[in-house]
Amino acid sequence: MKAFTDIVCPTPKGLYCPPGDFYIDPTRASDRAVVTHGHSDHARAGHGSVLATKETLAIMGARYGENFTPSAQAARYGERHRIGDATVWLSPAGHVLGSAQAVIEAHGRRIVVSGDYKRRPDPTCAPFEPVPCDVFITEATFGLPVFRHPDDGKEVAKALHMLDVFPERCVLIGAYALGKAQRIIALLRQGGYDAPVYIHGAMEKLCALYESLGVDLGELRLAKDAGRDELMGKVIVAPPSALGDRWSRRLPEPVNAFASGWMRVRARARQGGIELPLVISDHADWDELTGTLLELSPQEVWVTHGREEPLVHWAGLNGLKARPLHLAGYDEEDGDGPQGDNPKAGEAGG
Amino acid sequence: MNRFAELLDRLSYTPGRNDKLALIVDYFRHVPDPDRGYALAAMTGTLDFKHAKPAMIRGLIEERTDPALFRWSRDYVGDTAETIALMWPVRHGVNRVPDLSEIVEELDRTSKLDMPGRIAGWLDALDETGRWALLKLITGAMRIGVSARLAKQALAQYGDLDIADVEEVWHGLQPPYLDLFAWADGVAQRPEHGALAPFRPVMLSHPVEEADFAKMNPADYRAEWKWDGIRVQAVSDGGVKRLYSRTGEDISGAFPDLIEAMRFEAAIDGELLVIRDGVVAPFSDLQQRLNRKTVGRKQLSGFPAGLRVYDLLVEDGEDLRPLPFDARRERLEAWVARQDEPRIGLSPLIPFERFEDLTELRGHAEAESIEGVMLKRGDSPYLAGRPKGYWWKWKRDPFLVDAVLLYAQRGSGRRSSFYSDYTFGVWNDGALVPVGKAYFGFTDDELKQLDKFVRDNTVNTFGPVREVTHEPDKGLVLEVAFEGLQRSTRHKSGVAMRFPRINRIRWDKPPREADELALLEKMLG
Repeated sequence: MKAFTDIVCPTPKGLYCPPGDFYIDPTRASDRAVVTHGHSDHARAGHGSVLATKETLAIMGARYGENFTPSAQAARYGERHRIGDATVWLSPAGHVLGSAQAVIEAHGRRIVVSGDYKRRPDPTCAPFEPVPCDVFITEATFGLPVFRHPDDGKEVAKALHMLDVFPERCVLIGAYALGKAQRIIALLRQGGYDAPVYIHGAMEKLCALYESLGVDLGELRLAKDAGRDELMGKVIVAPPSALGDRWSRRLPEPVNAFASGWMRVRARARQGGIELPLVISDHADWDELTGTLLELSPQEVWVTHGREEPLVHWAGLNGLKARPLHLAGYDEEDGDGPQGDNPKAGEAGG
Repeated sequence: MNRFAELLDRLSYTPGRNDKLALIVDYFRHVPDPDRGYALAAMTGTLDFKHAKPAMIRGLIEERTDPALFRWSRDYVGDTAETIALMWPVRHGVNRVPDLSEIVEELDRTSKLDMPGRIAGWLDALDETGRWALLKLITGAMRIGVSARLAKQALAQYGDLDIADVEEVWHGLQPPYLDLFAWADGVAQRPEHGALAPFRPVMLSHPVEEADFAKMNPADYRAEWKWDGIRVQAVSDGGVKRLYSRTGEDISGAFPDLIEAMRFEAAIDGELLVIRDGVVAPFSDLQQRLNRKTVGRKQLSGFPAGLRVYDLLVEDGEDLRPLPFDARRERLEAWVARQDEPRIGLSPLIPFERFEDLTELRGHAEAESIEGVMLKRGDSPYLAGRPKGYWWKWKRDPFLVDAVLLYAQRGSGRRSSFYSDYTFGVWNDGALVPVGKAYFGFTDDELKQLDKFVRDNTVNTFGPVREVTHEPDKGLVLEVAFEGLQRSTRHKSGVAMRFPRINRIRWDKPPREADELALLEKMLG
């Protein structure tokens, strides 16, 4: 019997599958890549071939240009693909539009790479589907028991309440441009907000892409085309780095909000000068992580990016065999926080 | 409790003073007695629960969670109360959220033995914001950016009262302050002093400008040193002795040596200083005694507290405040002469004929413990607040130094898109060493120019901090004004400035012409 590491093993470039000779979310250019979702730390340009969902391929195309790889292969969820001596299929991860878990089968064993995932409903993407497996490779971004994300509808309601309290101001929500921004807008719509949502120029392309892939976001306008008066009492969505940037100075006294799982920690919000923290995350919280491990009860759990040790420790306490992978090269959620000072995001105008 | 938790939560994220006031006023308006009174008590720091302490709360969480997971979480969050609030594993079944008043009264009443169970039950009933607020309430370390004075200010604003009146009645009252709120609501008279040794709101001065002197007749004024200490009110009344800060905070606990020396029946106004053998020590010595709830033997012997008194408000039950300054002064001098107590001394009057005489003296007041001169009208009654035309402060000109901008940090609140906090340095052996940090003194236009300079001349970025070009011929010189210097082991340069601010931006001056550290060392003497 082959060892699990003969099927998938950690390498400096990311997770590698020897029987299929491909990488999953490689951090550097590789001949063959399976990409779980479109966030730039998972989906990089320059691979010889890419297997991903049609949505993920479209996101990569929007970010890196249509020729980001000589060979793009779109995979439907559940559709089996033979690569070398391995079989690969994708299952929804519920993280962002097009996000998938990579299911790898070889030598009679099945290993699931979760990519990034969450378990709660998201109006902009398909829900996570648990796949029974021998090894579950889980993310651990929020792998501490202090991270319990509240109901996202209530969080968005806080932002809408601010509009009532401060009709002369605007609410400026910092949100990661891919996924979080569109989810926030969709949640605002679910919360009954039907006024135009104003967006930063850096989000225009991805919002349009979401709409073209069938996610309805309602009326969007560019904040840069609106006057100060028009923006009073309105919601503006921008990349986190734009919050403390010169771009925001022309807005009518913005209430700085930031949508992220990190907002659960007060010091994180205060460091960023955030007046309205919104605890909304596209990653599984502690209960989702531990609940998923108990639900799947795989033979082994491998833990990657995030707080690996605490989750491994918890697994041990609960009778699950687990180990940390220590993979390098993946960002934490919203690594470009409001203090991140990314000049590109802020000064592109918009 | 939920409404109180929400208030603390909003306050902790709201940077602006006026916005904070608005939130508290809104709370007073919508929350009934006695909850709002207990909230006021919590914000003014007048609650103390003897059986509920941080160590006990730690014990609670250790019973319910894995210690390793708690430790990792605590390290990540950085605050024990918040960590517990976030990771508390709720036992379901509690179906009622307690009121703030219920919690405060129970905390007071519950025995040490029953306390852990009681608190655990509340933690089960509350959500994470509620748990956080409860733990902050118990540990007393709110850290929501609200001073006792701001909370009293909010009450004054809520009831359309004068803050001085609120401060005057404050120390006679107890939580939940029903009579205070009844007064604020206009349904009852101003509460009478029930307690002994109440605080009397202090009289403040205006800074004197060159143009003011033309309208002032020197013969009408008396001059005193402006001491570089802490303005206090020492009140001893029927055996109750209290030392108040100028905003009416009771700071007696930190100054048992002075309290002990208060063997009189009076309310006096004076300067709290460290005085050794009759000589006033610099402010840095006094700092060893400030912001403490209690004080150790080392501080008491090494930094003995004393008073330089300059006004007598009440003597043997007689309120002297309506009397003119000269009459009070006469009573004060006679009173001090009767005190056989080395810790209490008179702040002398400085004789002068023309204001120019004082210019001379004021300029020569090199002593580290004098900030300048006070000018007080001989006919001025003692009035609460800052009445115009009676008392003037005439500060010594600030020290100036030309320093080079080294780092800039983003501000907060309305300044969050500006680099508005500046670290500057002076030359030492051909290198620039940081000597201080300033974040005011400039106009809005200058802030824009400074911000632009920082962005255009950044050489390094560390999170919210930018390092700015600082070479002999490239960089920005700032003229920094400050009130004094102290030796400091915390600063690389060995000196720390008091009240540094940007006096002028020297766009014209190359960094090589900025000042040397030796100049500052000379000022230290």
